Amino acid sequence: MSAVHELDATGLRNSILKGERSVRDTIQETFARIDAIDPALHVFLNTLRKRAMARANELDQSLAQGERPGALFGVPVALKANMCLTGVETNCGSRILAGYRPPYTATFVQRLIDAGAIVVGMTNMDEFAMGSSSENSAFGPTRNPWDPARTPGGSSSGSAVAVAAGLVPIALGSDTGGSVRQPAALCGIFGFKPTYGRVSRYGLVAFGSSLDQVSPFARSVRDLELTLSVLSGADENDPTCFDEAPVAPESPADRASLSGLRIGVPKEYFPDVLSGGVRERCEAAIARLEELGAQIVPVSLPHTDYAIPTYYVVATAEASSNLARYDGVRYGPRADGDGTLQGMFAATREAGFGPEVKRRILLGTYVLSAGYYDAWYGRALKVRALLARDFEAAFEKVDVIVGPTSPTAAFKLGEKVDDPVAMYLCDILTTPVSLAGIPGVSVPVGFVEEGGRKLPVGLQIAGPFKADARVLRVARAHELATEWSKAAPPLGTIVPPRTSAGARAGKSEKPPPEGATRGGRE
Amino acid sequence: MTPDRSHDSPRGTPPAEALAPPVETVRKIASLARLDLAGDEEETLARHFGHILEHFRVLASLDVSGVEAMLGASRVSDVTRADQPVPSLPAEAMLANAPAHTPEFYVVPKTVGGEG
Repeated sequence: MSAVHELDATGLRNSILKGERSVRDTIQETFARIDAIDPALHVFLNTLRKRAMARANELDQSLAQGERPGALFGVPVALKANMCLTGVETNCGSRILAGYRPPYTATFVQRLIDAGAIVVGMTNMDEFAMGSSSENSAFGPTRNPWDPARTPGGSSSGSAVAVAAGLVPIALGSDTGGSVRQPAALCGIFGFKPTYGRVSRYGLVAFGSSLDQVSPFARSVRDLELTLSVLSGADENDPTCFDEAPVAPESPADRASLSGLRIGVPKEYFPDVLSGGVRERCEAAIARLEELGAQIVPVSLPHTDYAIPTYYVVATAEASSNLARYDGVRYGPRADGDGTLQGMFAATREAGFGPEVKRRILLGTYVLSAGYYDAWYGRALKVRALLARDFEAAFEKVDVIVGPTSPTAAFKLGEKVDDPVAMYLCDILTTPVSLAGIPGVSVPVGFVEEGGRKLPVGLQIAGPFKADARVLRVARAHELATEWSKAAPPLGTIVPPRTSAGARAGKSEKPPPEGATRGGRE
Repeated sequence: MTPDRSHDSPRGTPPAEALAPPVETVRKIASLARLDLAGDEEETLARHFGHILEHFRVLASLDVSGVEAMLGASRVSDVTRADQPVPSLPAEAMLANAPAHTPEFYVVPKTVGGEG
């Protein structure tokens, strides 16, 4: 019998339903692995052991009573720490929300729970989802399982590593400008940003509201499809969420061949700054797609170079507005300042926000302020329209567009931390898709070697608005034709030898208090 | 704050000072954003601002005349629900995360009669 961490969510659910293991065994084994690996990689900000075990017992009982199991029955999942679950600390990787326990549960989290998934913890992230490396977390960085000296990408860093290191088969992140696709690429797993409006944002702490989208990580495309079918659908609490039947997994017969599919390759997605190894791996993946029957068509997205400034003007403007609510009145710690109301606001925000969040709030305030609004924000909104038009024109000729997800493989922690522009350029290939609101998935397509380490490379597949199923079909075809997604990171030095689940659970270190933050260890 | 439309020329270039904002500008923006920056932070941020805005200046080179602003990616509009009252979360639950509160209200420093 396979260990829990060797199975994807679909395989794990099947194993439980076949009676190979109980949900309780599954969750015990999951926490044993978390205990063994998390201290080295810093994946979780808090874990929910008691809550998860209680839920596991309920699910075992429901199965014994003949109740129909949900689509994610017994599957352990991790949530990025900007997602609301009643009573569980949701601090967004920030000191300003330390101790915040939401009084409600996000729609998408409730849908996971209703489908039988078990939330095991909240994962580390760049503060308020602002960052591409995890180094902006107030609680220290998460490390890449392929090389712990390197970043796993960001901002959904902990969720990416939770899946890549086999702690859970599925984790949720949020993708505003690439915050799921980029860490998926750097960690060698799948990360999928659905069409804007496919998944409700109710209960996701807002960063850039016109861009934010709840997005899953997984180790198989069938798990992405399964998760999306659970998450998607209208929600009366999010009016941007469209009223359309959830995406259903395509029939297996459609998956092997890409015959008749036109795949666009924009020349702008292979810029000079692209690392040689990344270029080579992506070109090999495109050749593989061609072998599967697809027609490769050169296309152009002429405004690609404008995506980074457009994104950072739009996203920071929205962030400066969204983050105005953190003022020491309704949540988080308060600093009194000079004792006046305005002084309390300013002192609380100064003490609570980290440097990158302050930088973005100021930039956003600046581009929205009188005298600068039209030159920066107003203009960026128009360039955003041009970027979206680029895609619309390209999709008249092709069915999907592919290119590298990230211009480089995982870089070393500390390498870009003092250069905000260098860090922003990590998003050069993901932000156009975000600005257009279209779906995009990052697919593992091999490795480059740096410093004696194998580092994963990802290919982004993007499709037209609402063409989520098509994008996943192409990802699935590549997955079935290659072995890249089956590679596991070299965790041998930090994971103890495999023993029975019960013995490992019994030997585990004393867990942190239920729901309490484990931040600040770095 | 009120948007100033005076810079909305078709090929308008951001004002010269926008690309290298002096520390005073950063201080003013910080005040608008309710951030109480330390002295060395103001200087660091002014330097970063200059670097970032220099990189963003490319936006000014595009002709956007006649282009309609894209405010968001949503293609859903006019979403309404039935005009019926529905229960909201109890005040006690909403107040529980506040650093200071009474059973019914948030508590903040006194504002009446002082600064606004």
